[in-house]
Amino acid sequence: MHEMGIVSGILSAAVEAAERSGATRITEIRISVGELTEIVDFALHFAFEALAPGTLAEGAVLTVNRVGARSRCGQCQTEFEHDRFEIICPECGTFICELIQGRELTIDSIEIDTPDESGEPAGDAAATAQPGSSGS
Amino acid sequence: MEIDISRPILDRNERLAAENRILFDEAGVFVLDLMASPGAGKTSTILATIAALRDRYSIAVIEGDIASNVDAEKIAAHGIPAVQINTGGACHLESDMIRRALDTLTLDTLDLIIVENVGNLVCPTEFYLGEDAKVMILSVPEGHDKPYKYPGIFQITEAVVLNKYDTIEIFDFNEDEFRSVVRSLNPTAPVFPISATKGDGVAQWAEWLADRIEAARKTRATR
Repeated sequence: MHEMGIVSGILSAAVEAAERSGATRITEIRISVGELTEIVDFALHFAFEALAPGTLAEGAVLTVNRVGARSRCGQCQTEFEHDRFEIICPECGTFICELIQGRELTIDSIEIDTPDESGEPAGDAAATAQPGSSGS
Repeated sequence: MEIDISRPILDRNERLAAENRILFDEAGVFVLDLMASPGAGKTSTILATIAALRDRYSIAVIEGDIASNVDAEKIAAHGIPAVQINTGGACHLESDMIRRALDTLTLDTLDLIIVENVGNLVCPTEFYLGEDAKVMILSVPEGHDKPYKYPGIFQITEAVVLNKYDTIEIFDFNEDEFRSVVRSLNPTAPVFPISATKGDGVAQWAEWLADRIEAARKTRATR
């Protein structure tokens, strides 16, 4: 159940970004998870439901974009999709391939509610809000 | 309103791992992250590895377990510095735990730190600790079909130590099939059949590790 640790990471990044933008709440969190990671969707959602209450992300939807595995052949450079087991170049049959996609574990974006046009500040961190800032 | 974040979820762990990496490089110490199921013989393999390499290298061990310090005591009984990390329920080690353990070791005097990760074939694969190499142990009684069930760990390991090899006649372990699946998942990973408690095969595994240590030294020297 390392999904608990993963979800803590998701929540802290999401809440930090939301506070910076003066959000009143987070309505959706979008993440990408590679097919070759050891992450189970069910456990992610279970952990999210356990940890989100009491944060800005309470009631938010966690949207998981599963990223398929892709490798490049070390001999003929062909790029191909594959599952966990058959990492063999379909053109020349070699095993020596470089994984180029499939181990992703990223938080992509969040959807937030901001205070209405009256300009009322949403929270403590609203003073220095930087909407749209991506941090790093 | 949508806010772009585009950040690794394990950002904090990766950042701290990178800091560990700098400490290891400055001290010139090679760090091995050893992963396996509970009972595969991680501690026995570490003791056998220490016996094979202690004349050449100054070694320390970081022991990760959910609770107790029985493993660290076993290692320390052989005169090797050992730090116990108790994860208190967590199923894997993370970089900040390693960082805290380093406070009790004198890095400059060491050539090799062996990190015994928490017994688990899943979670340790996702967490970079700043190590030079991740290596896994599978023991014969666990069965030759483990790579089908836990492909992730077989894909990220640099080598596979096949422990309790002396029991292969007793268990229905198909070595050819095992090697063939490992090759398809990870074509460059060598398989080292050993018996950690009897010593068979340990020399070949220890030699591979010594080669990796020397290669890392050369890389550091040219930087």
